[in-house]
Amino acid sequence: MSTQTTDEDSEATGQSDSEAPASSPGERRRAEKRERQTEKARQAAETESDEETVLLKVFRYDPEVEGKREPRFDDFHVPFYKGMTVLDALIYARDTYDSSLTFRHSCRQAICGSDALFINGRQRLGCKTQLSDLDEPVRIEPLPHQDVVKDLVVDMEHFYDQMESVEPYFDPDELPSDDMAEQRQSRENREKIKMSTRCIWCGACMSSCNIAAGDNQYLGPAAINKAYRFAMDEREGDERKEKRMEIMEQEHGVWRCQTQFSCTEVCPKDIPLTEHIQELKREAVKSNLKFW
Amino acid sequence: MSQSYDRGTIEDFGRWRDFSAGMWAWVFHKFTGWVLIGYLFTHIAVLSTATAADPTVYTNTISGLEDLLIVRLLEVGLLAVAVFHILNGIRLLFVDLGMGLTAQDKTFYLSLVLTGAIVVASVPTFVGGKL
Ligand code: HEM
Ligand code: SF4
Ligand code: FES
Repeated sequence: MSTQTTDEDSEATGQSDSEAPASSPGERRRAEKRERQTEKARQAAETESDEETVLLKVFRYDPEVEGKREPRFDDFHVPFYKGMTVLDALIYARDTYDSSLTFRHSCRQAICGSDALFINGRQRLGCKTQLSDLDEPVRIEPLPHQDVVKDLVVDMEHFYDQMESVEPYFDPDELPSDDMAEQRQSRENREKIKMSTRCIWCGACMSSCNIAAGDNQYLGPAAINKAYRFAMDEREGDERKEKRMEIMEQEHGVWRCQTQFSCTEVCPKDIPLTEHIQELKREAVKSNLKFW
Repeated sequence: MSQSYDRGTIEDFGRWRDFSAGMWAWVFHKFTGWVLIGYLFTHIAVLSTATAADPTVYTNTISGLEDLLIVRLLEVGLLAVAVFHILNGIRLLFVDLGMGLTAQDKTFYLSLVLTGAIVVASVPTFVGGKL
């Protein structure tokens, strides 16, 4: 009991100490941030001395560098801390051991879609994958079925082309006569397309798809999901929907899907891709039956 | 897809160890579908002996085949292939109707288990006894 009181006391004094010189809230925040940083550094140093490291096996390739023309794997031993993601580990490896290690990343919070990688045999976002969830060594490779530009960077051009080809923008048949009028959506309809709006264009689904691998013209799960997002949006109108369905029904559209569920399994935003593709297939059948 | 160099086991079927339920279901369904087509031809060949003028030709062919252990084992295999194809085919029909998509892996395992059970139950009939 008595020790606890002293603890609280010293904590309280500690707090008022750091607060005393800080006059503005901004200064106080900065002081706190500094404190947190030293704490972090201390923790990092601790883990380093504990020697808890994770072994990364990272794919390396660079057609422009003599010694890297033959693809190979490099080993990196990265000090592990609780909560460390694959992206954190890659950043550590790049900043500490080899500044030529190349990979895309930006948001570090699973929203920009730039760091889809092939990690331990599965398409995952580096920033959304905890090292603690993976078996060691952690094998990090560029996305399969896309040309590698350098190390973990793949050429996304084809994926973006497929995304653009479904005309991924809101395009209603009729605009409200008044410029300022809102185009309201019913709650139910919003709920229906909710999941489909979450795509971050990471390309994981396309890379996992066995059919997309064999048929370069296949629109792919992400593009079809994009089309679903607009085809199912009631505000667009029947005419636009029919045009959207025409794109979906073409030879390399929805009918290529063989319901392998690979895309649904890997999508980091948990979009039910197969479900959306299947629904568009049924829509396609229904809209065609109308003309008989 | 075009590839600037050989990615080795990273591509497609080289990484079968990483396949998930839906992918295995697809592979097995393709395989069993084509095996059934193959069987259709041997089936026609064997049954066509019934069109011979002498009725004993058919009887002799069938009993000759059934005397061979390998033929009886192959029949168990055929049953396995057919049962899996039918059960997974029904699963696929549900998938096409958009029903139970979130349980697609479980229904695949269920088809496997049911196939296994039916095949095991059939072994005494096929391998042991005279049909
Ligand atoms: C009740 C019996 C059966 C059911 C329910 C069934 C169901 C199905 C379904 C749903 C598919 C489409 C798979 C997909 O969507 O990709 C399929 C494909 C196929 N089935 Fe069956 N089937 C049955 C019997 C048979 C039989 C008796 C044969 C052979 C004589 C056969 C041969 C095939 C073949 C070759 C395919 C195509 C495989 C491929 O995609 O290359 N099926 N079956
Ligand atoms: S659908 Fe999912 S896996 Fe595919 S690009 Fe969008 S977020 Fe990535
Ligand atoms: S870094 Fe933005 S999604 Fe991972």
